[in-house]
Amino acid sequence: MTAENLIWGYIYPNEAEIQWSILIVLYPYITGLVAGAFIASSLYHVFGKQEIKPVARFALLTALAFLLVATAPLVTHLGNPLRGIEIMFTPHLTSAMSGFGYIYSFYLIIVLLEIWLSFREDIVKNALKLKGWKKLMYSSLALFSYDISEKALHNDEKLARKLAIIGIPSAAFLHGYVGFIFGGIKANPWWSTPLMPIIFLMSAIVSGIALLILLYITASWLRKKALNYDTLFSLAHYLWIFLILDVVLELLEIVSMKYESLEEIAIIDRLLSEKIATTFYGVQLTMGIFIPFVLLILVMIMKNREQLKTLMIAISSIFVVIGVFAMRWNIVIGGQEISKSLSGTMTYVPIFFSQEGVLPALIIMIAPFIILAVLTYILPPWKDMEADME
Amino acid sequence: MDITRRDFTKFGCRVILGAAAGTAIIESIAMGGAQEGSSNKEYDWNEHYWGYIVDTHKCIGCGRCANACKLENHVPFDEPVYRTWIERYRITREGREETVKIDSPNAGIDGFTDDIPTEEIKKAFYVPKICNHCDNPPCVQVCPVGATYMTEDGVVLVDYEYCIGCRYCIQGCPYGARYFNLEKGTADKCTWCYHRITKGLLPACVQACPVGARKFGDLKDEESEVNKILDKERINVLKHDLGTKPKVYYVGLDREVR
Repeated sequence: MTAENLIWGYIYPNEAEIQWSILIVLYPYITGLVAGAFIASSLYHVFGKQEIKPVARFALLTALAFLLVATAPLVTHLGNPLRGIEIMFTPHLTSAMSGFGYIYSFYLIIVLLEIWLSFREDIVKNALKLKGWKKLMYSSLALFSYDISEKALHNDEKLARKLAIIGIPSAAFLHGYVGFIFGGIKANPWWSTPLMPIIFLMSAIVSGIALLILLYITASWLRKKALNYDTLFSLAHYLWIFLILDVVLELLEIVSMKYESLEEIAIIDRLLSEKIATTFYGVQLTMGIFIPFVLLILVMIMKNREQLKTLMIAISSIFVVIGVFAMRWNIVIGGQEISKSLSGTMTYVPIFFSQEGVLPALIIMIAPFIILAVLTYILPPWKDMEADME
Repeated sequence: MDITRRDFTKFGCRVILGAAAGTAIIESIAMGGAQEGSSNKEYDWNEHYWGYIVDTHKCIGCGRCANACKLENHVPFDEPVYRTWIERYRITREGREETVKIDSPNAGIDGFTDDIPTEEIKKAFYVPKICNHCDNPPCVQVCPVGATYMTEDGVVLVDYEYCIGCRYCIQGCPYGARYFNLEKGTADKCTWCYHRITKGLLPACVQACPVGARKFGDLKDEESEVNKILDKERINVLKHDLGTKPKVYYVGLDREVR
């Protein structure tokens, strides 16, 4: 296809190139998964939901695995990646983006501390039990402090809870803030809405819970252990609740845009009907929200038939993580497919092999799963899942 | 000498003060950038405040401005990137139904071709576009490292040695005035030919315009031509409602122009 076929109407001459590629779609997607997984673990750590306990530590490891790659798409996309660190040294504080380094680092510290406190007992036991380099590794992880008396563990738990209480607003901030990066751009009518941070946050929670469900089912299947259905159904229930909040906000945005019908409505209509019709109505709304919503209602009203319900929850979760990816795509790419002249549209064509192409995106998306496998090898969270089953 | 001092300042501040010194560094960068932009050491940026006027009645769409700009500023001719361009508006009408056709093939550098029969066109005009050097520039606001900044004389510039290439400013500009410089890996844009205006010359586009559709001058100088036009004409700016406060003022701006 030539550039001519990709352009409709009039676009400003400099707009022919789409600036933010698939990597910038991944950025809010990954931070969303982080925030969602963390908030899922907080359901136990902060709100004391015992039924979530079996996956609470696993959720923290999941959050960390994804958090560790969250900066990768951003840095890869920079025109001068080596200067990226300047955002930490000389942040320009009027920029919504300038806070990223600090918010990210703060949150990373919270997640690391939370994991350390949650796993400290296991780490110390391993440090005392094992030999050789493993002993050294666990001793280092224990920071050479081996007090696991009941009192010490109790203090750990209290501190972990306090941290999680700070963690929730941090997670909300980390991701709501990503929404603001888009929502605060008055130049782009598809992005500019105060609802953006909260829409991002809700979809983040939804995607994080769905991911956790999928990882939980997969891990149990790989390890040939039975699922704890109380936990699974409880997660499904929360998924359903957050889906409702998510869809209400997403629709509210579209409905008010249509109802107010400002000058940009013509180009927004064209965006929705021509450019992102499939990914918006098809994937984001129908597949990502409507079908899981119905399936999860069925799960909640059906009695027994655990295997079928598990299958329905798994399908819902797969649809949700795909749907949320589509939502990120529709915002990031969709917003760049309309010209700021409000008179034309462009088309983003992903390239496979390039610095900002599909290949690096795939690598970045696969990496957290490998990191998670390593993390669960060092810090196995499985005993919670099994202990509750008897 | 400049570079060494700047690098030293940057490095020193980083080590000693770290992030807390952010603002100070940005300021030192901004000063450095301005000095680099002008080779005229006698130029005092506190004495000027630049403004730009486009008279759309006069533009004939010859494209010499856009061509001159690319030549003067070494903007690649083989890439779709432009510091200035000319839009052509042609309005046709059937009954009460108006159709507006806008185009700017290769920014107007090669001129425009007729592809609508003249008798069908009810109204037609050209609109030259350029960075508005806004007084409330969203591009400067969103730059996460302060690599883009406004000089004391009101010109929005990019520090190519500091820009990280995140392209947030390109997203933030409502006018499509910014582009990505592939060679440098940074954002890039019109400088109002800062290297020329600080020596008392006109921007290349203004110099090249054969009909006087583009005017450039000092808003601080009561007697300047731009001030006289601003006093006399009814003027408008692009996307006034966005509150960006452009300093490119238009005479005869049609409602169809965004």
